[in-house]
Amino acid sequence: MAEIADVRLSRLRPRAGFALVSVWNYLGVLPFFAFIIAFLIFPATNLFAGAFQDAKGNFTLVNIQGLFSPYILKAYRTSLEVSLITSVSGGVLGFFVAYAITLGAAPRWVRSGLLTFSGLAANFGGVPLAFAFIATMGRTGFVTAILKSICYSAADASKVCPLDPYEAGFSLYSTVGLAVTYTYFQFPLMVLVITPAIEGLKREWREAAENLGASAWQYWWHIGFPILLPSILGATLLLFGSAFGAYATAQALTGGSILLVTIVIGQQIRGDVLGDTNLGYALALGMVVVMAVCIALYTLLDRRTSRWLRR
Amino acid sequence: MKTRFNPWTWLWVTVATLFFFMPLWGTFDFSLRMKRGAITFLAYEKVFADPKFLQSFRYSATMGLITVIVSIILFVPTTYWIHLKLPRLRPLVELLTLLPFIIPVIVLVFGLIRTFSRPPFRMTQTAFTTDILITAGYVILSMPFMFRAVDVGMRAIDVRTLTEAAQSLGAGWLRVLLSVILPNLRVAILSGSLITFATVVGELILADFLVRPALGPYMVVVGGGKAYEPAALGILSFALTWICLGIIQLVSRGDVRLQPIGR
Repeated sequence: MAEIADVRLSRLRPRAGFALVSVWNYLGVLPFFAFIIAFLIFPATNLFAGAFQDAKGNFTLVNIQGLFSPYILKAYRTSLEVSLITSVSGGVLGFFVAYAITLGAAPRWVRSGLLTFSGLAANFGGVPLAFAFIATMGRTGFVTAILKSICYSAADASKVCPLDPYEAGFSLYSTVGLAVTYTYFQFPLMVLVITPAIEGLKREWREAAENLGASAWQYWWHIGFPILLPSILGATLLLFGSAFGAYATAQALTGGSILLVTIVIGQQIRGDVLGDTNLGYALALGMVVVMAVCIALYTLLDRRTSRWLRR
Repeated sequence: MKTRFNPWTWLWVTVATLFFFMPLWGTFDFSLRMKRGAITFLAYEKVFADPKFLQSFRYSATMGLITVIVSIILFVPTTYWIHLKLPRLRPLVELLTLLPFIIPVIVLVFGLIRTFSRPPFRMTQTAFTTDILITAGYVILSMPFMFRAVDVGMRAIDVRTLTEAAQSLGAGWLRVLLSVILPNLRVAILSGSLITFATVVGELILADFLVRPALGPYMVVVGGGKAYEPAALGILSFALTWICLGIIQLVSRGDVRLQPIGR
């Protein structure tokens, strides 16, 4: 009995001290949590609380309803469009480039070069990127000039330049132009995210499939693609979020003439274009909800992928 | 390695390379053509001759340095403490540091303005308090990079053994952090600092909405009124980012996974 009591006591003793020690331990992370709460959590919740209040501060759902007004729905649609186009275009291009540098037997220097540039380009954006595309694809841009100069004389002696992008209805300052600009950082991001997944495809799987008589197509259709699908979906979601939250590039490129959700929020901060402060908060809340869904799904899919591939 | 020629591989590699370099080359080419019919660095001379450029660059660089220092002071001890004493808190802290991916900068600045520009804080009334606010915003913005860099670095060393060894030799907490942990994290902290610095110097949204004379808003103004200077500014800005990120890739062999924030 005495022994048991002694064991119990020895178990208890550190526990009694534990409470004190652990409180002391938590003090060590207090500055970090205080900072995050003060400058991230509190301002954000303050904003979201505003989304559920009327001008007098009473609870209301009118602002959430207001999100379904035509003007705001259009902003969400434009943002969705741009994000969808660029996550698919960047995703497809990025996937093939990642494939080329992993399984496509590209030389080592090409592979490391492209990965390095992806690391750099995925971090571009904002004003400099807008400037670069104006100088390249703008009306007097470098690439525009090259495409314009490819001409031939038609039968009636008039000059025909079939590749002139602006003649074909392209404009850098349109949704399509914005999408082309975003793709500059989207597809390197895809390369960075998807390369480890493609590398994780085991050689044995392919060999096993070939031994069983599968063609390259059959291998990809039944094995390679299904294994990669969660990674591809996850990466596309990440790309989607990265385009959806972008503001600076679009603002610098179009001066705010394309009404993305982020642009409308910007105008709302400057001068209450919606004529309703609380509706502005609801707009911001909606934006964060979309982003949160994207990132949460990406994290889930990424976890699933790493379970598959890291073995 | 197979040396078989694969046309598809080379097609995609070519497309990617063209897409990378065309805009860079186009911008560089454009920036040299300010003087009609000649290749000159006139646009760059004009940029450097503009006192506003130097002022805004100095402001942004200063803010970048301050942000780096605050980030290090805030994140290194916290990460150390979590690795040593509170590993259970790690998932929570990791989640919190990833929040800037979910809350776009435009929403963050909206929240900061709504919260801190009115009583009782009134932080946007003077330049000094606005600078405090903008620094806080920058720290939040670069938090995922800084935290991840330090966290990865911390995981690579045996924090517990190092700490116990130092303590058994009579070192106090501060001494352990400064002379044992920090030197072991040099590469990680350097990587985090460079990304933080590059992020702050190129940042537009916080500075624009908090109305501070930073490089981002200056570039927008120049972009609205001039033709060749923006191209030169773009090249300079790319060069700065590339130098920062290039050093990281050199010292950490590309281990740091970069992700975009704040465009």
